[in-house]
Amino acid sequence: MGSLKLLPVLILLGPVAALAQSPTFGLGRTPSADEVLAADISISPTGMELPAGSGTIEEGALTYRRKCARCHGADGTEGRAPRLVKSSRGSDANPWSYGRILPIRAPYATAVWDYINRGMPLNREGTLTHDEVYSLTAFLLFINDVIPEGTVLDAQSLPMVVMPNRDNWAELPDWKPGMPRLLGYPYRRSLRNTFRIGNHR
Amino acid sequence: MGVKRPNRRDFLKRGAALAGGVTLGAAEPVISKATASAQSIEEESQEVPSQDWSSDELVAYGERSLHVKSVREPVNGRPSPDEFGLVFHIGTPLEQQVGAITPSSLFYFGTTRGSIVPTIDPKEHRLMIHGLVDRELTFTMDELKRFPSVTRLHFIECAGNGSSPRRGRLIESHGMTSCAEWTGVLLSTLLKEAGVQDEGTWIVAEGVENVRGASSLPMAKAMDDIIVAYAMNGEPLRPQQGFPLRIVVPGFEGILHVKWLSRIKVVDRFYMTYNDYGHLRQDPDQAALSYQVGPKSVITWPSGGIDLPGAGFYEVRGLAWSGGGVVSRVEVSTDGGENWMDADFRGTPQRMAHTAFSFNWTWDGSEAMLMSRCTDELGQIQPTRAQRKGGLDNSIQPWRVHSNGSVTNGLA
Repeated sequence: MGSLKLLPVLILLGPVAALAQSPTFGLGRTPSADEVLAADISISPTGMELPAGSGTIEEGALTYRRKCARCHGADGTEGRAPRLVKSSRGSDANPWSYGRILPIRAPYATAVWDYINRGMPLNREGTLTHDEVYSLTAFLLFINDVIPEGTVLDAQSLPMVVMPNRDNWAELPDWKPGMPRLLGYPYRRSLRNTFRIGNHR
Repeated sequence: MGVKRPNRRDFLKRGAALAGGVTLGAAEPVISKATASAQSIEEESQEVPSQDWSSDELVAYGERSLHVKSVREPVNGRPSPDEFGLVFHIGTPLEQQVGAITPSSLFYFGTTRGSIVPTIDPKEHRLMIHGLVDRELTFTMDELKRFPSVTRLHFIECAGNGSSPRRGRLIESHGMTSCAEWTGVLLSTLLKEAGVQDEGTWIVAEGVENVRGASSLPMAKAMDDIIVAYAMNGEPLRPQQGFPLRIVVPGFEGILHVKWLSRIKVVDRFYMTYNDYGHLRQDPDQAALSYQVGPKSVITWPSGGIDLPGAGFYEVRGLAWSGGGVVSRVEVSTDGGENWMDADFRGTPQRMAHTAFSFNWTWDGSEAMLMSRCTDELGQIQPTRAQRKGGLDNSIQPWRVHSNGSVTNGLA
């Protein structure tokens, strides 16, 4: 009988609950704010999640010598590990021909910071301090002619760095289920005489 | 019950005879009560041939025949192992695969960071969903397995796959695609549980391995068909495939299928993280093509390196798949594309899954060029090498059958 008395109340609450998208299964637990903070190493192109700390080009050069040069070479070009200096120089060089070195072709410097922070050094990932990541980012952007001498990188200045491809990249299409990759491609029926065989060659 | 008794007695006799070698569990407790004479047991035991198999192979975890030798191989570009001893890409021997499903032991393995595979205790493993959601949530593996699940066939293919005159064998050009039956929770189920906020238009999925490899994916895909998978081919994921948890992103390039999954962050834009920046393109068409795998097929048998014993009948076999959905048609040409004939499906084509096809061919012994092309449910057609515009190489692969029966890459 008690449930019948509650009925009008439930009817009133019903639409409100639907708007709030209440959980259906009730599994899992809510992580603490500290847990989320400790796990979250993602960095938005806006730099929103960048941690406190800072680094200079000079500090980066020192850290590079101590922690990176053994694999990437003294000048970032002749190591066992991938090259870190762009392969075509000059102010009019096309950034898309720099090669696949650090994320130099990314439009935002946050991608460089993120890569070093999560991926380096090999087998000792996660051991760099935030200051070291800022300074290494500064050093590598400096030797690739992206930032001038004297630049100090921190959570405010890093997202402001203008990367060579800042306005020179293609947004991904707005993906929808059932969407072909590219309208009008591949072509319909025009697939004859592609390969000749035997004596016809 | 009485009717079964004679059979049961026979069974007990055999059970007793085998007792020294293997244990037939159900029969064991009854053996001591068996009334068969000691003499009859002795006679039969002499007739049982000895077995070379250990009980692990016969009972615990079955192994294939010593005569079946198909194995994976390091393939593609970067030398494997490299200067650091790391193996980057291991291909599947598709020419020896029959049917659509790749055995877990032969599933290709691709990595941006070498062969380092984490050892993860599933009891300690957690998946966190956070960011632009109403309720941040952390799940244990046991909790994830309590959610309603899906079991689906899906291929995963690495963008490093590609035909080339220099890649003479199938494993070199196509070895980095495999297909498994995946079981897990739809990511949409978990995201609805957390309550995605209006600004949440992308997700970042991240693994817990040393580099915490991460990919950005559009919310529309996340809410459509991404699986948070904990099993493949009827057993827990293999460590190289992300044990204990990964995402499967049906039809999208392999690098996006984050393994060792521990975190999903709902965000407001494309985050351009670890696995993403290599996908950045200058040209919008290239960007569009470098995400979803196009319609693709390849003849797996015969293929480069195989020798046909002579003219006569052969079942030409192959695989077809598309990131756009179900394969709707596969055609085969034996004359280099002059004439095309429909192939037969073996099994029912499924969305973003390898579909086995076959074609009955009577070879007259003269030089032939075998090719296949795939059409998917969206009407997308597999391009020739000349027509291909970009993205993961889905162009038609020709195999040249020489009059002496040898098969080589038709591009060479």
